[in-house]
Amino acid sequence: MQTRPEGRRDLSNLGKIAGFLAIGVLLTVYVVRSPQDSMVARLVSYRKILELLGQHLYIVGISSALAVLTAVPTGVFLTRPRLKLWAPRVVSLVNIGQTVPSLAIIALSVGLLGIGARTAIIAMWIYSLLPILHNTLVGIHEVDPAIIEAANGMGMQPGHVLMKVEVPLALAMILAGIRTAVTINIGSAILAAFVGGGGLGNLIIAGNNISRIQVLVLGAALPVLMALSTDAVFEMIEQRTKV
Amino acid sequence: MIRFESVSKRYPNEATDAVDQLSLHIRAGEICMLVGPSGCGKTTTMKMVNKLIEPTSGTIHIDGRNIDAVDTIKLRLNIGYIIQEIGLFPHMTVAENIATVPVELGWSKARISARIDELLELVDLDPRLYRQKKPRELSGGQKQRVGVARALAADPRIMLMDEPFGALDPITRAKMQDEFLKIQEKIRKTIVFVTHDIEEAMKMGDRIAVLKAGRMVQLGTPMEILAHPADPFVSELIGGRQALKMMNLIFCDRLMHEVAMVDRTQNADAARRLIAESGASRLILATNGVRERFYVDSQSLTQTQDDLGAAIRPIAGALRMRASAQDALSEMLRTGERFLFVEDDSHQVKGVVDLEDLFKRVSECEHADQA
Amino acid sequence: MEFIGFFAARWETILQLTIEHLVIVLVAMVISIVLGVTVGILICWSRTLARIVLNLTNVMMTIPSLALFSLLIPVLGIGKAPAIVGLVAYTQLPLVRNVYTGITGINPAIIEAAQGMGLTERKILFKIKLPLAFPAMMAGIRTATVMGIGIGAIAAYIGAGGLGVFIFQGISRTNDKMVLIGAVLISLISILTDRALARVQRKFER
Repeated sequence: MQTRPEGRRDLSNLGKIAGFLAIGVLLTVYVVRSPQDSMVARLVSYRKILELLGQHLYIVGISSALAVLTAVPTGVFLTRPRLKLWAPRVVSLVNIGQTVPSLAIIALSVGLLGIGARTAIIAMWIYSLLPILHNTLVGIHEVDPAIIEAANGMGMQPGHVLMKVEVPLALAMILAGIRTAVTINIGSAILAAFVGGGGLGNLIIAGNNISRIQVLVLGAALPVLMALSTDAVFEMIEQRTKV
Repeated sequence: MIRFESVSKRYPNEATDAVDQLSLHIRAGEICMLVGPSGCGKTTTMKMVNKLIEPTSGTIHIDGRNIDAVDTIKLRLNIGYIIQEIGLFPHMTVAENIATVPVELGWSKARISARIDELLELVDLDPRLYRQKKPRELSGGQKQRVGVARALAADPRIMLMDEPFGALDPITRAKMQDEFLKIQEKIRKTIVFVTHDIEEAMKMGDRIAVLKAGRMVQLGTPMEILAHPADPFVSELIGGRQALKMMNLIFCDRLMHEVAMVDRTQNADAARRLIAESGASRLILATNGVRERFYVDSQSLTQTQDDLGAAIRPIAGALRMRASAQDALSEMLRTGERFLFVEDDSHQVKGVVDLEDLFKRVSECEHADQA
Repeated sequence: MEFIGFFAARWETILQLTIEHLVIVLVAMVISIVLGVTVGILICWSRTLARIVLNLTNVMMTIPSLALFSLLIPVLGIGKAPAIVGLVAYTQLPLVRNVYTGITGINPAIIEAAQGMGLTERKILFKIKLPLAFPAMMAGIRTATVMGIGIGAIAAYIGAGGLGVFIFQGISRTNDKMVLIGAVLISLISILTDRALARVQRKFER
């Protein structure tokens, strides 16, 4: 069977995703089935892990969605002629947000908003804004001006020029930004456990507390596999939006 | 159709006008070339028609209406716009690109689809092959054909073309120019065509407006400009060999004169008599009124006493009626003869062009009424 | 205010932790830069090698830092060693990638001219490629260092010390002020370092 390069790329990505998920499942099954000792056995169960996984996905999902919903429109608005001047200022502001380490942002949020999932989500939302905003700005900026001139000259409404031409052409770049943001969020979500936000970080904390390596490794490996799978999924999506 | 009245454009922070008090009337159905060196304001002028650039002073009227009063989007939807970089939307197929303006206008799917096929055929691209292609799969020439089709989609009466063939190699460019002229014969749009290439202007334009530093220096037909350049700038723009260039604008159908027939059955004396009577230099052989590709002339008749057959010479080649005087001269130089036969599309010999005809005609153009 | 009092009372600890943090980051960054730049230069010679290495560093960055540190514990124990190793691994991507794109992004005509003039490959590397790629490298160093400061804070969790200690201890002891001090100080250091390096970067950008 002759596969085109795109087909081969998809296959390799699907293979990766399948592989990562398989490893995750195998690891989980292994730890649950053959725990180091009774302490581990008490801590780790399918239900518990699924619960933590669900929490993890929840905070990643919400914070990422919030980041996309705020950063993409903001980025688009900042490329409009009227608002162009504001762009550098907004970018610097958001830049600061990213220079500050994720841990610090989460910690500061706790100071202001107390502990809990909501605080974690807000901290992660702020932290993941920059890659999306930056990529949206660059993506739209890089659209060939001749194409935009042709669209305007033909009589396309400005709204249509944006939605039918500029955004679709910038989409690959925007998605790359979202991909970075989501990957960052999966990592930050581990820290959420420290502030009562739930998630797989709890496994790391627990593993550390009772000095059981199995739990620690599980808590570290699962987010890693999640991040790697998500990365591969995005790769597949991105390929389809490239022009 | 399009009337510029004292239109000026000065960009902020510039000391001089990009366009300076331009007044120009472009007639319906004509191709008006705006030609001049870089920075002369030709593109700026063109872009003021579809309001991509707003004039600082003066007014522009289309069909009697001041375009200031017309909604910009509506205006643009009704004007075809083609630029040098073409600007096809890379993420859309050829069909979707062409459908852009009709979709904005709300046409029905069926109507749009039919129109796409119609336009692709017009620009000589097989719809079945090209509808689904993406721009990146097309060559430069194909891309610009799609660009032309896209601009014609909603059947606008006006087209603005800004160096549309500038990015193509010379061979493709010449081909595109020829094909576009053929299309224009069918569709007769009012076209504002910007170019820096005077040869292109001469070839494509019904009238040419020469611009320099924002001002119109001369307006006229290609022949008028060749024969009577308004100032040294225009002369220099045209370059040398004006007479030869004029010959490109004169065609055999106007140059030739009729040539009489002599029937095969007649004898040499009859032929000599016909020549003397008609004042022609040569006669075409015919049988029962149907012209053949043979002739006799005074010289060949001296070879024979009575028999017409011995004086017959074959017509080796003939030019089409739409060949130019330049083609005729070139052919004469090649054959070494001072005359040429001219035929129509069905290979019927219609007339003859003499070297004297060429001289006379060019001279007429040179000394035509000062426009 | 209570806060300032708290700060003043502990200023020695704070200073010690700050220095500890900066030292860890500095050591890690020096190693990382030397390694990263070398690797970046080496992979310029082979596209397949480049692809493999860039993919690898990409994966390393995809792995959340806390997870990476935790995974290093069984191998290197706790304390500064795994922290530095993790930091070096983590900061490889921006460095390697920027060196690579910096060098490969040079107009090939320039390299060809240099070769035509008779310069050896080594001379070309040091006299032309590296200087021209320097702005990109600086940008990479800046990104990597700022990342390093942030991740260094997380390393506190595995016993590396540094300002992260304040944050983690503050959380477990529910001491708001500790958390705040740790977070604010780290933020300040990050921002200041970023600004300083930005200025350095601008100086080298033509």
